[in-house]
Amino acid sequence: MKRILLVIAVVVVYVLHQDFWFWRTAHPLVLGFIPIGLFYHACFAVVASLLMWLLVKFAWPSHLEQEVEGKSNQEDAAP
Amino acid sequence: MIAAIVVFAYLAIVLYIGIFAFRRAKGKEKAEDYFLASRSLGPFVFLFSLFGTNMTAFAILGSSGHAFTNGIVTFGLMASSSGLVIPLTILLIGTRVWALGKKHGFMTPVQMFRDRWECSHIGTVISVVQAALLVPYIIIGIMGGGTTLNTISGGKVPYWFGGAIVALVVMGYVFFGGMRGTAWVNTFQTTLFLLFGAIALIVIGAGMGGYRNAAQSMLASPALAPLLTRERISPLYFFSYTFIPLSAIAFPHILIFCLTAKKMNHFKKTVILYPLCILAIWLPCVFLGVMANRVTDVPQIRAKQEARRMLATQGKAMAPEARDELREKAAGDDVILRLLERYAPFWLAGLLGAGIMAAVMASDSQILALSTMFTEDVFAFYGGKKRFGEAVQVQTGRAFIVLITLVAYAVALRAPETIFELAIQYAFSGFAALSPLLVAALFWKGSTKWGALAVTLWTALAVVAVAVFQSAVPAPAPGPATVVWSLGGTEVLSRTPGGTAVFGFMPVVPMVLMSVLLMVVVSLITTKPKQSTLARYFRG
Repeated sequence: MKRILLVIAVVVVYVLHQDFWFWRTAHPLVLGFIPIGLFYHACFAVVASLLMWLLVKFAWPSHLEQEVEGKSNQEDAAP
Repeated sequence: MIAAIVVFAYLAIVLYIGIFAFRRAKGKEKAEDYFLASRSLGPFVFLFSLFGTNMTAFAILGSSGHAFTNGIVTFGLMASSSGLVIPLTILLIGTRVWALGKKHGFMTPVQMFRDRWECSHIGTVISVVQAALLVPYIIIGIMGGGTTLNTISGGKVPYWFGGAIVALVVMGYVFFGGMRGTAWVNTFQTTLFLLFGAIALIVIGAGMGGYRNAAQSMLASPALAPLLTRERISPLYFFSYTFIPLSAIAFPHILIFCLTAKKMNHFKKTVILYPLCILAIWLPCVFLGVMANRVTDVPQIRAKQEARRMLATQGKAMAPEARDELREKAAGDDVILRLLERYAPFWLAGLLGAGIMAAVMASDSQILALSTMFTEDVFAFYGGKKRFGEAVQVQTGRAFIVLITLVAYAVALRAPETIFELAIQYAFSGFAALSPLLVAALFWKGSTKWGALAVTLWTALAVVAVAVFQSAVPAPAPGPATVVWSLGGTEVLSRTPGGTAVFGFMPVVPMVLMSVLLMVVVSLITTKPKQSTLARYFRG
């Protein structure tokens, strides 16, 4: 279930990147000079970072670490 | 000229870092130490060097130049999509490659492919195609270096000399310092160009009298207002672009960098902070590129705008050569430098110029990757290491670094394309089309060496076909594309002012999809690797 939710989160964020809704307008100008299309994508980068935090927290491939550590320990133990 | 002196001082510092790394490594003439820094990079150096190696001249000069011509769309097109796709691929693919490298001692992606698919010469074919696609990336660095030094010195340092200096410095610290020197220099450079964006934004904004007025006057101008929206690019083209960042993880230098982390935990910070680093660099560059259109007191920028206007109004009636000439005059790769020259005080222009040089010189890891690939995938694989020993292997790598830098410099002097186009059309699309190789090797037991060969040959063929098509069919004037092939009223193949369109998409889309299809179909009908081999890669 956790994995499915994370996949859905990735797909939703990808779809949010294709923001055709601000395509032909510069308004509103955020802070009086940043066109909304640019501001949206700056916020998108922050959302992408949050998504990565979620993935690292809940989908980290820790088995790979264990495999490598297991191998290192075996090498250390070898005569 | 003061600015140029500051930049030269910066170049001396990075050269020294390379030599310092060389001294630290003395007596360790092992291939793994020279090419991978003994797989010992800590989290901070790993994040900054991996990020820095992906930020080339393209990130600062190319992005602001593209934004100057196309507007704010540049950020969503390349930066924010990279902020999602690149860290995702580092998490899914980079960590797995790191673990396999630790377990089996791989130093290049091709070593892994050879082992995973039980192949030898097919691995060589993949290595050759990767190398051929990587060279344009190195050329970008040299071109960017030439442009930067030329502009910062007010034209006193000629383009050819600036390019030569940059090539020599990069070659110097890669030659001496290997991966350790390259990673340290990249860390120093990334720190510099992360600072660059914010400082440049404040200084230029103050010089221009604030951005509010600039944005309002752009909105009031019918010719400039579209640059504050995304209407100059079609949504299909925008969608196509999300395929381009797939190239990052397929670049050999990025994969090789993934092998240098001391622990897998070091990937965590890189994955989470990558989108924010992209934001910090690209947002100021794109914004400044757009705002440069409001600058009226810089003759070089006005000349570009005039060339763009002529191209739009008279381009259709012109000969293709005259159009290309105008296109070059209108290219904005140096607008950010012109803004610095106009609005930053001398000493600050020098420091900011050094920040730009930092990004421009990111071609170091590509040069080192080519050398690693040559010495591991060719020299060592065909018996050189066994016959001559590891010390000779490292020396061969160093000789290769000199050779490849000279070749790239010679090409950079003759390359007519703008930095941005050159990078996108060849290297990025090609590596994006090679990315299914990694996914298949790491996630699909059923993939075979013949599937890998089909993907590699298809990529090479597609890149050559796009290059031939674009040189045979001249780029049209701004406006509708030249339709070369249509089927039942649908435009199949078109030549656009900026490149090629296939069914309205950038070529990278059909290239990647065809790679996936070939990998699946060819693998299904050919013999799989032995169970014992698969057991080393897949659990259960």
